[in-house]
Amino acid sequence: MIETENRIAQLFERHDGSEKIMSLFLTAGYPDPQATVDLILGFEENGVDLVELGMPFSDPLADGPTIQYSSNVAIEQGITMKKILQIVEQVREKSQIPIILMGYINPVLRYGVEAFCEDACNVGVDGLIIPDIPIEESGILKKEADKHGLAIIYLVAPNTSDERMSKIDEQSEGFVYCVSVTGVTGAREGDEVAKSVQRFIDRVKKNVTRNPKMVGFGIKSHEDAQRIAADMDGFIVGSALIDTIRKHYPEEGWKDEVFAFVRRLKYGKQ
Amino acid sequence: MKYDLPTKEGYYGEFGGKFVPEILIPVLEELEEAFNDAWNDESFQREYRHLLNEYVGRPTKLTYANRLTDHYGKAKIYLKREDLCHTGAHKINNAIGQILLARRMGKDRIIAETGAGQHGVATATACAKFGVDCIVYMGAEDMERQRLNVERMRLLGTEVRPVTSGSQTLKDATNEAIRDWVTNVEDTFYIIGSVVGPHPYPKMVRNFHRVIGDETRKQLVEAEGRETPDYLLACVGGGSNAIGIFYPFIEDESVQMYGLEAAGLGAETDKTAATLSIGQPGVLHGSMSYLLHNSEGQIQLAHSISAGLDYPGIGPEHSYLHKTKRVNYKAITDDQAMEGVKLLSETEGIIPALETAHAIAYLDELMPKTSKDEIVVLNCSGRGDKDMGTISKNIEH
Repeated sequence: MIETENRIAQLFERHDGSEKIMSLFLTAGYPDPQATVDLILGFEENGVDLVELGMPFSDPLADGPTIQYSSNVAIEQGITMKKILQIVEQVREKSQIPIILMGYINPVLRYGVEAFCEDACNVGVDGLIIPDIPIEESGILKKEADKHGLAIIYLVAPNTSDERMSKIDEQSEGFVYCVSVTGVTGAREGDEVAKSVQRFIDRVKKNVTRNPKMVGFGIKSHEDAQRIAADMDGFIVGSALIDTIRKHYPEEGWKDEVFAFVRRLKYGKQ
Repeated sequence: MKYDLPTKEGYYGEFGGKFVPEILIPVLEELEEAFNDAWNDESFQREYRHLLNEYVGRPTKLTYANRLTDHYGKAKIYLKREDLCHTGAHKINNAIGQILLARRMGKDRIIAETGAGQHGVATATACAKFGVDCIVYMGAEDMERQRLNVERMRLLGTEVRPVTSGSQTLKDATNEAIRDWVTNVEDTFYIIGSVVGPHPYPKMVRNFHRVIGDETRKQLVEAEGRETPDYLLACVGGGSNAIGIFYPFIEDESVQMYGLEAAGLGAETDKTAATLSIGQPGVLHGSMSYLLHNSEGQIQLAHSISAGLDYPGIGPEHSYLHKTKRVNYKAITDDQAMEGVKLLSETEGIIPALETAHAIAYLDELMPKTSKDEIVVLNCSGRGDKDMGTISKNIEH
């Protein structure tokens, strides 16, 4: 694996810290596969630095209602691992935005870890986030991911000990995904995240020293992001984006509404 | 053959493990330490045994089924009477064990998932006994099918939360319980109802049920002057009653073990819960095990006439015992299970749970191959009162 070629590594190398890196999560195949391609291409023009493309699973036990919903819609409409890889392939014809596939391990196992890593690499995937693979279980994925230059990004949570954070930092590639609150994915009410997050952020700063740090879970606005990610390299938004898609789809101009939301997330009210 | 699984990492061969979000790792580590500590602590054991004896009603009887034996005219059949446990099934052994552990760990909010409602009722019962707050997640569809158990739980002071996501059955109730758990890790103890989930749950639940097999061993000595039967039978959904009776006999190679899973309308149809017969390995609810899932790795809906066997997965230890062929797993259809209900009711005056009836139904196949000097022990895991609605709808008189 030639690490400098990885688009995630390049992104963070280029990053001068003047603004926060923004990563968006969207569910592959929601509202439909072609829309996913169009959204990702549009994201790049609207300030998105990194894309986490969700691989839908029937039993998303770490996800809140929003991502459960988008996953169900995508599955009912017949999304498959092959189609997800085709989405990436189509994006790659026009864009070099870093793409991470995010999802539960079972569909990957069923596809075959070796075939999956090979095919993902070939279409231009840069990394993997598999929330139900903690470092203890990384063995079933690591060898093949390394072989095909896919970064495995691990998560740290508010209840992760200092010692364990360092261990995760050692094993993570690309960045460390910092889960700001305990619980499932989804936008939180009011200041819920900001209130409790500082102590966690301080511990992350102390213990995650090797990798860039991205914070996610519960962020729904530019203001949330600036507060919570003040000491981080960037932030991740998922459910709030999908809620926005759900609000406007399929009315005319729905994508423009989504892109306007994305610009506001990154730059604030203009 | 020495058997000392799981490994330190929670593996039974290639099955088991801890496939969970990072948030749960510290919780599972804390739980494992607390469990190991408690299990080896005499005062914990004393309190647990005391409750099993004085509250659950253990030891449960090992009943010689003379008319059932005569029916086949072959090996002697004994029934391990878990149906006589308080609340009507073996599930309470585990609920009592885990609630003692929760108290020891200072967790004062209990959550559980339930399918048929038996584990929910057992947990609600244990929580009432200890005056602890309890929330049970139950699929909205299951709540409809098992209204009586919903009422029982509510009467016991438990909040039953309907789960409307996914298929609205046990697997979705489990997802929802896990979502609650990751949100409230600090004060919440999740009482899992079977030998499924991430390590250390499969081991912990097994150990809380091994009393079934341990008692059987002693009772056989009294009844027959021998420690081991020739055949052991138990039904398998997640597999807790089966592992409870199998585990103390795994090293006794002369004991042939049969786990009976639910074929539903037939293992070859798409209305089945025959995980080991037709499933493929995968990860669901935190462990690697056999699963019912499609070629995309999406979990399929299970079907069984018995809500307690209606689960698309199975405990990882059963996957291991299947793969190594130590236990024979066979699939029993809904219709065969109904015949089993009738047979035990008419010959022994015991109305079995629909789950248990799957084990009884297999006697038709097994008994002709046995001989008169052999002994069969069947784990009568629960009583059938809860199933009378389903039974009366399906029975042909």
